[in-house]
Amino acid sequence: MYAQMVKSEGNSGEQTPEEEAFQARIDAGERIEPKDWMPEGYRKTLVRQIGQHAHSEIVGQLPEGNWITRAPTLERKAILLAKVQDEAGHGLYLYCAAETLGISRDELTRQLLSGKMKYSSIFNYPTLTWADMGAVGWLVDGAAIMNQVPLQRTSYGPYARAMVRICKEESFHQRQGYDIMMKMAQGTEAQRRMAQDALNRFWYPSLMMFGPSDKESVHSEQSMAWKIKINTNDELRQKFVDQTVPQAEYLGLTVPDENLKWNEETGHYDYSQPDWQEFFDVLRGNGPCNTERLEARREAWEDGQWVRDGMLAHGEKKRMAKVAAE
Amino acid sequence: MSSVSPSAYPETGEKGGKSKAEWPLWEVFIRGQHGMSHRHVGSLHAPDADMAIKHARDVYTRRNEGVSIWVVESSSIAASSPSDKGPMYEPSNAKVYRHPTFFDIPEEVGAM
Repeated sequence: MYAQMVKSEGNSGEQTPEEEAFQARIDAGERIEPKDWMPEGYRKTLVRQIGQHAHSEIVGQLPEGNWITRAPTLERKAILLAKVQDEAGHGLYLYCAAETLGISRDELTRQLLSGKMKYSSIFNYPTLTWADMGAVGWLVDGAAIMNQVPLQRTSYGPYARAMVRICKEESFHQRQGYDIMMKMAQGTEAQRRMAQDALNRFWYPSLMMFGPSDKESVHSEQSMAWKIKINTNDELRQKFVDQTVPQAEYLGLTVPDENLKWNEETGHYDYSQPDWQEFFDVLRGNGPCNTERLEARREAWEDGQWVRDGMLAHGEKKRMAKVAAE
Repeated sequence: MSSVSPSAYPETGEKGGKSKAEWPLWEVFIRGQHGMSHRHVGSLHAPDADMAIKHARDVYTRRNEGVSIWVVESSSIAASSPSDKGPMYEPSNAKVYRHPTFFDIPEEVGAM
């Protein structure tokens, strides 16, 4: 997902009375708010998860930003701009939620730039053609929605509230992507081929977004007990496949999986797993665009330093002038 | 990730991390279209109040969510403490007569 393989800081062994009371609040469906007592592991796991999610929104602007100047029409360009601006907003909502846990936004940024914190593997793939803008909106945002909708009920109040805002906007993203795919799939033969090629390249990376199977994972178990993870990775991936296959059929495109088949018995599609070795390679920094993405973020951060400093100095000067006038 | 040397971004610890000055945090309140009061919608960083309002417009009103914005520096907000929840709010539980439904009014009297 946007937050993949987040390690949970669960406590092994006996729970203290505070921890028991905390778990009871979560089990009763209560929301945990910033100033409430919380186990250190809960706080740390959330910082990691929300931070990774926020970084993904910000880095996720890059593959799409790539096409703003080359959108095929002015209308498409305006729509893509609006979408990329939304992603910046989503990043900001999430950084603010993380900040309520006692870490600053600048510190989170530093940890992204140093490589200590990760972002979703999906954004390390290149966007080669305009059809990729369709595939990203349809598949990548579609996969993100699968994860984010249940997170609206997550136990941490600020995170849940950020998710409510994000989900409202995310559906525009998926629809605009599908709209591009429809246009291309119904277009010329060359356009249809581009649409099929985009689906071929983004299908498996989209399945990877949910992370490897975590049925047996202790991290996952702890996060689910804390309700900062609501479904297993496999559940969400299956849901995504079930929802997306008919949408591909409508477009007249073929999902690149020979084993894809409706299973009468289970009521779900059978499908092939992505290449998990590739997933781990990309996470380790060896995807097609890891270096480029991080370089772009570092450049933006470093080149923006004088602007941030200058505006802070200007704000300070205004504050002083106001104090002097009083 | 691969090419970045971690030493370029020294760790400053999770809590503080103020190696360089950061823009202060502001809380944002928006009044929607329909005459409701301003409502807290979230927070953001900005160097001063004017910029905070400009950022709030971009971050929180991209889809006609509001007609008026308030911003206030987060450090200026005083809040009740979660541990006072009992003493602060429980006394009103015993005062059910504060609710109109406490009083039985005969049906013949009509709407009241």
